Amino acid sequence: MDNDSSTPTAAGPVPAKQHIRKMPVNWWLKKPAYLRYMVREITCLFVGGYAMFLLMLAARLDKPEAFETLLASPLAIGLQWVALPFAIYHSVTWFNLTPKVLVIWRGEDKLPGFLIAGAHYAGWLAVSAGLVYFAMSGGTDG
Amino acid sequence: MATTDTQSSTKTMKLEVFRFLPDEGEPPSFQVYEVPYRDDWVVLDALNYIKDEIDGTLSYRWSCRMGVCGSCGMMVNGEPKLTCSAFLRDYYPQQIKVEPLSYFPVIRDLIINMDHFIDKMGEVKTWLIPAEDKPIEDGEYLQTPAQLAKYKQFTMCINCMLCYSACPVFGQNPDFIGPAAIALGQRYNLDSRDGGADERADVLFSDEGIWECTFVGECSEVCPKNVDPAGAIQMAKVTATNDWFKSFLMPGGRKKSGGNK
Amino acid sequence: MARSNEPAFWSLFSAGGMVAAFLFPAAIFITAYMVPAGKIEADNLRMVMSHPISRLLLVAMISLPLFHWAHRFRFVLVDLGIKGFKLPIAILFYGTAVGSTICAAYLLLV
Ligand code: SF4
Ligand code: FES
Repeated sequence: MDNDSSTPTAAGPVPAKQHIRKMPVNWWLKKPAYLRYMVREITCLFVGGYAMFLLMLAARLDKPEAFETLLASPLAIGLQWVALPFAIYHSVTWFNLTPKVLVIWRGEDKLPGFLIAGAHYAGWLAVSAGLVYFAMSGGTDG
Repeated sequence: MATTDTQSSTKTMKLEVFRFLPDEGEPPSFQVYEVPYRDDWVVLDALNYIKDEIDGTLSYRWSCRMGVCGSCGMMVNGEPKLTCSAFLRDYYPQQIKVEPLSYFPVIRDLIINMDHFIDKMGEVKTWLIPAEDKPIEDGEYLQTPAQLAKYKQFTMCINCMLCYSACPVFGQNPDFIGPAAIALGQRYNLDSRDGGADERADVLFSDEGIWECTFVGECSEVCPKNVDPAGAIQMAKVTATNDWFKSFLMPGGRKKSGGNK
Repeated sequence: MARSNEPAFWSLFSAGGMVAAFLFPAAIFITAYMVPAGKIEADNLRMVMSHPISRLLLVAMISLPLFHWAHRFRFVLVDLGIKGFKLPIAILFYGTAVGSTICAAYLLLV
């Protein structure tokens, strides 16, 4: 603080004229990390959208034709293909951040983050395989 | 503008420096200075050269020149950096743009107003509030290495405020308590000798506290001391959530924070 | 300053994020690829989805991710500089999630 004698201290006078810089609306384009963050946050639109699609399917559970028509709709299929990469990006970013939220101590050491994230990835794989297996369990042949 | 020459080198480099002189009544502008390039120089050395040899009106803060005092933080090519640790050789031969730390009000040139940050640390009570009063004769407060490990990382903070300048949430809302103040709150909350978690919770766990954070995570990326404020905030969210649910289970519903030691 | 009730929304946000992270890529793969490609008959999927366990799972897969969306999108708007209308936005978003949850529970469980 030795460069400017007029620099106010906490106890000193508040400067009359401060320059306030405005946050640009496109701040999230200014740094790759911010852009990645924004994409991560925007995945919620696709997550929410697919939940709505599941609700539409649920509403057709007792109407075989309507159920099939919805699943065969090119619009629905197209939108889901757009949503898929965002859903995967959500999963990846979500699991990568788990070690920050789930901190496990063993004595003086933290359980290494890659173990916690790794366990989630392993679980993801197992659950995905399980879901596909479950969906096929009706069996195309019977 | 001086042309350069030092004995060892004739190479030069350009620094584009943010200028704001409130008394002149002019809007802020950028001024380009040419400084000698030395591969052992940091951005702060270049600024000192400008101040000593070219333009004595340039104002900025610094003190230790060794990454401990936390006063020389500035934006270097848009990234918050300790200028005493940012080497010219990492930028040479490109021009370097030096600006005051983002989002803070600018008082003059590269000097920002940090009053608000100091106030926030006061609100969070970033000091030890003893869990039990013990007369000096009873000796020291003992702590195991495992207890120390829980909060040690957060003690490394040098209050340089780089994390604030990396935080778009702070950029949108200057009242956000912010990364360093929250990490320092956690530093004491997680200390086995401390009993102040409940007092701190009223600020830390308020809407201007941890709940404003959307986990951008850049605070931890720019921190020169590996404090990981983003991690501290997420851990605090878990603690606050546990407290919140417990407050329904407990008769009377008074919210108490155990600080999750 | 008062302690926030945000933990209620953050818990739902986190639970929804977890459910979506674990299940949605595979679910989209099923509904957008396996069924249209004929690997699974639509009617078979319908039958599998009608199973009581599936119904419970579906309610969770509809409700929680919508709370996840509501919470995250609320903050996206703040990130983009929309600072006003906090209460109406919150009511609209979380209201959508609550409404859809009621719909899903009614359709699947009643
Ligand atoms: S947390 Fe890191 S970046 Fe933030 S003030 Fe402390 S040392 Fe600086
Ligand atoms: S001058 Fe002290 S940290 Fe840079």
